[in-house]
Amino acid sequence: MPGTAIEAVGLSKWFGAGEARTYAVKEVSFQADFGEILYVVGPSGSGKTTMLSMISGILRPNAGKVTIEGTDIWSLSDDALAAFRLRKIGFVFQDFHLFPRLTTAENVAIPLILQDRNWDEAIAEAVKDLEVVGLKDKAALPPVKLSGGEQQRVAIARAIVSRPDILILDEPTASLDGETGRTIVSFVRQHLLSDRRCIVIVTHDSRIYDFADRIVKMEDGRLTGVEREKLDAQ
Amino acid sequence: MPGILKIAYKLLANDRARFVALLIGITFAVFLMIAVTSMFSGTLKRASATVINIGGSIWVMDPSIQTVANTIPLPDYILDEVRSIPGVKYAVPLYAGAALLKLHDGAYQSANIVGLDDTSLFGRPAMLSGNIADIFAESAFIAVKDSEFYKLENPTIGTDFEINDHRGVIVGIAKVASSGLFGVPTLYTTYYRALYYIPNMRFTISYILVEPKTSAEVKAIKQQVAAAGYLALTKDEFIAKISNFYKYQTGFGVNLMLMTVISFIIGLSISGQTFYTFILENLERFGALKAIGATSRDLVYMILFQAAFVAVTGFGIGVGLCTFIIWLARAYLPDYAAIMTFPNLSLAFGMVVVIAAISSYVGVRKVLTIEPFDIFRG
Ligand SMILES: Nc1ncnc2c1ncn2[C@@H]1O[C@H](COP(=O)(O)OP(=O)(O)O)[C@@H](O)[C@H]1O
Ligand SMILES: [Mg+2]
Repeated sequence: MPGTAIEAVGLSKWFGAGEARTYAVKEVSFQADFGEILYVVGPSGSGKTTMLSMISGILRPNAGKVTIEGTDIWSLSDDALAAFRLRKIGFVFQDFHLFPRLTTAENVAIPLILQDRNWDEAIAEAVKDLEVVGLKDKAALPPVKLSGGEQQRVAIARAIVSRPDILILDEPTASLDGETGRTIVSFVRQHLLSDRRCIVIVTHDSRIYDFADRIVKMEDGRLTGVEREKLDAQ
Repeated sequence: MPGILKIAYKLLANDRARFVALLIGITFAVFLMIAVTSMFSGTLKRASATVINIGGSIWVMDPSIQTVANTIPLPDYILDEVRSIPGVKYAVPLYAGAALLKLHDGAYQSANIVGLDDTSLFGRPAMLSGNIADIFAESAFIAVKDSEFYKLENPTIGTDFEINDHRGVIVGIAKVASSGLFGVPTLYTTYYRALYYIPNMRFTISYILVEPKTSAEVKAIKQQVAAAGYLALTKDEFIAKISNFYKYQTGFGVNLMLMTVISFIIGLSISGQTFYTFILENLERFGALKAIGATSRDLVYMILFQAAFVAVTGFGIGVGLCTFIIWLARAYLPDYAAIMTFPNLSLAFGMVVVIAAISSYVGVRKVLTIEPFDIFRG
């Protein structure tokens, strides 16, 4: 069922007031479809994380509108938005943000536990997803015992465990070596993309550009162009 | 247990160092508060030892009496007056005073002398050896086996001593419910022998012990005694009056308050600070939970649970530790004056709740203001 997954219109975010006001993101509009991987590329500080946070319901924009599957997410109450994020959006943070005091499986199970699922059931499902990302035997270890690439895969397992329609990854290869980075994104493309899911990846790592369907560019908070259009023939 | 609380528990308990520091803070505070208040309760109980040991439903005394240790003698006619009150079943005099004994080795030792009514022996102690009837024998005294007994050089039946140039002889050993506060041994004798052996002022009755016909008469008796210009208190009222005297009219009470407040402040500062540091260190985790989809309510529950868990666990360990120490002290000092009372435990628990409430309030405020975005920007 390809169609529009995310639609952003005129998104702006500024920091500071009056004279000191600086725009992190300025009047950005774009859309992302189900069944595609959209890359947002651009130099450090160009507003990519700010923009991702706004489309995933984490950071309230100063202006503009975000519609996900027909819902104007910023018109929801705080609690409704939290519930929406919990079920619809998987977010892989740039620095993983895993919980060092929990086991790998417990880390992955968090979104299910927040949905009030039974603990043992949630852990069992988490272990299944760890198997998907090839880390089943690390389920009982704390994340600090894992390598960077493995931690990235744990973060991905946590983002997909509640089967979200939208998967968002912020610089997934930034802290990995080139080879590991390619393996991860290739895995995302092969196993996590479906025509019922839309994936948005922020990166400035050109070594992984070949896994994108479309690439848009950001500079100084604005969308400045399209690197690659979707090839209809694909 | 809901899953988020289990996560909250793991975030807390798996952080061993902080968890232990938190528990130590609460445990220490609880221990101090309970230890101080228990010792005080024990002391207060001892201050009322004479009242507890003698018993008696109603005590008639001079209105200006503050504590049982400082008696103000009553004129004899008051006894007759009390006996003529309609609701009174019987009323007997009690002598309570102090005397200086000269023991066998020539040493002087002061002692409490309790003189029991000659006809009824009302308030007589339970005997460990000897017969209570021997109290009527010539020069007879009964020694009380409490923590001060050894100061009489551990007398046995037949041991004699001098009391104001009279001879006294031990005819029995008795036990009582409570030792006294003042480190002085106690001897029982008859009321008239006490008057005869110990120099007195014009009036001689220390207290009049009254037994009402029914408990409904107590109020009327109190009014009649008051009309005669004296004060009648039930046993419990008298004990409370004595306690209040030590609480409010001596340095004891203020010091106790100070110690309790200090324990509270120590507990609050150790636990409150550690908890706050714990929250700060976990801010990133709370932010991540918020970003993933935890509601503010979820986060508040987690923090309240963590604070409550530490509070209850620390309280339990503190109470346990206190019980153990008091038990240990009693094993060596059978009469060790510390009692854990329900009010003491409630006070300590209340303070722990306050500590937990303040700590979690600060934590909740901090966590509710986190903007997950500020954490992820990296
Ligand atoms: N809370 C903030 N206060 C002030 N400036 C901010 C804040 N958040 C982001 N910015 C600024 O917004 C710009 C975009 O940041 P960011 O979205 O993190 O860029 P990118 O992810 O592309 O590196 C940067 O110049 C950054 O300094
Ligand atoms: Mg960024």
